[in-house]
Amino acid sequence: MLLASDIQVAQNIGFGIIALVMVIGALRVVTSSNVVHAALWLIAVMAGAAAQYLLLSAEFVAVTQVLVYIGAVMVLFLFGVMLTRAKLGKDVDLDNAGAWKIGAPVALLLLGVMGYVLVKGFDDTKIAVSGEGSTVGQNSLLSDKIFSTYALPFWALSFVLLAAVIGAIVLARKD
Amino acid sequence: MNLAVTIPYWGQSLLRVLGGTVAVLLPAGTIVYLFLFKMMSFMQSRLGPMEAGPYGSMQLFAEVGKWLQKEDITPARADKRVFRAAPLIVLVSTFLLVAVVPFGPDAYFTQFDAGIFYMLAVSSISTLGILMAGWSSANKYSLLGGLRAAGQLIAYELPMVLSVLGVVIQAGTMNLQTIVLKQNSDSIFGFDGLGYPYIATQFVGFLVFMIAVQAELTQTPFDMPIAESELVSGYMTEYSGFRFLIFFIAEFATAGVFALIASVLFLGGWGIPFSWFGWDSVDSIDNWMNVAGPLVMITKMMVLAGIIMWVRFSYPRFREDQLQRFAWKVLIPVSLINIMLTAIFKVAF
Repeated sequence: MLLASDIQVAQNIGFGIIALVMVIGALRVVTSSNVVHAALWLIAVMAGAAAQYLLLSAEFVAVTQVLVYIGAVMVLFLFGVMLTRAKLGKDVDLDNAGAWKIGAPVALLLLGVMGYVLVKGFDDTKIAVSGEGSTVGQNSLLSDKIFSTYALPFWALSFVLLAAVIGAIVLARKD
Repeated sequence: MNLAVTIPYWGQSLLRVLGGTVAVLLPAGTIVYLFLFKMMSFMQSRLGPMEAGPYGSMQLFAEVGKWLQKEDITPARADKRVFRAAPLIVLVSTFLLVAVVPFGPDAYFTQFDAGIFYMLAVSSISTLGILMAGWSSANKYSLLGGLRAAGQLIAYELPMVLSVLGVVIQAGTMNLQTIVLKQNSDSIFGFDGLGYPYIATQFVGFLVFMIAVQAELTQTPFDMPIAESELVSGYMTEYSGFRFLIFFIAEFATAGVFALIASVLFLGGWGIPFSWFGWDSVDSIDNWMNVAGPLVMITKMMVLAGIIMWVRFSYPRFREDQLQRFAWKVLIPVSLINIMLTAIFKVAF
């Protein structure tokens, strides 16, 4: 049962504000008429996701989000865009008129699937954030899981990434 | 630790923000005056600033006053909002960096298990600010400078991450505070008079880390992105007034913070060998260490920042291809071998 004393007001307000920024950012990504602006709004959305992870006291995931998505993926993305077609001002080619007809249902479907999985997976489990028996924020547990229970998926993922890297080199080389 | 007064949460937060500001601005100012003004002048057989205050020690205030009253120009064709936000993002990255640096047994802003990981992640945010500045200036020199900077920062972030891994393996933790405690309570072959600073076993890692820091800070010999003889001033070309000042502060403040982090990882941080005073755990450390610790840290920081600046004043610039080749073909393999050896020794002993 959820008691009034269990509700953390400050955290909920923080969640609301960050969520609002993320929603506005996400909308601006698809409506912006400048490709660099769209990328910058996407960074705002990703930073918001990192902040939400922090609110869940999942520091490791939050830091990974910043390192991988903001520090690496988006920097490379901006780098590529700026090297090739970095127009200042509006870019008419970016408007893709009919795209929302496919985009909106896909977004709704994703929302449904992820919401269902989250509710189904956790139900009303409570996780002790602090105090006795709390394991929140301990990296060693995470690494133990990755390198024992989930070692095979981890290797499989590394293999896929390696294949992608080699593929990129093959595609990029001209000789 | 028990204090005579209990400070409410908002008060603690306020103190932390103030402490963070001091920890960012004070090293920046000291580095600029001591090294950029005085040491560089000494190396070039001149006096440097002498008019403002004794030995020109008030010169910084004069400089800051000059920058603040200059006109804040935004180019007509520039992307105005992005142009204005870029320097702030670079500075924010510096302020976020200092948050995990421990200054004493209780004198830290925050500490958590993923400390080093956080530091590496946050330091990569400044690349975004630089790319934004380069693109939004609507100037080819700026764009070239921004692209060069991004290419360089990505290339040198890898050796930085990899060189830190050796320390993480040896300490068995990513928590910066625990790394400091370990270095000061361990002993070398039973001799505990020096503690066990990781520079003793991780000297290769230390070298790679300092070289990568030099490149991340775009200090000479890695100043290809702002090469003044070819690119005017790279991504900073169009900036003037206090926005240029922010870039300038961020550059030297980040130098200070990286020197602090290097001293935590390799030189034992705020600690003095605990055996000197018979401390055996973090709770038995005397309270005065919270005052002495930051002073120890600042001393180590000044030495490391001095080395960074010394190299900056001494060497000519790398060519772009040499710079990339050095990162990918020298530093990364060396740090990978270092990780492998550290792991083997860790398992063997």
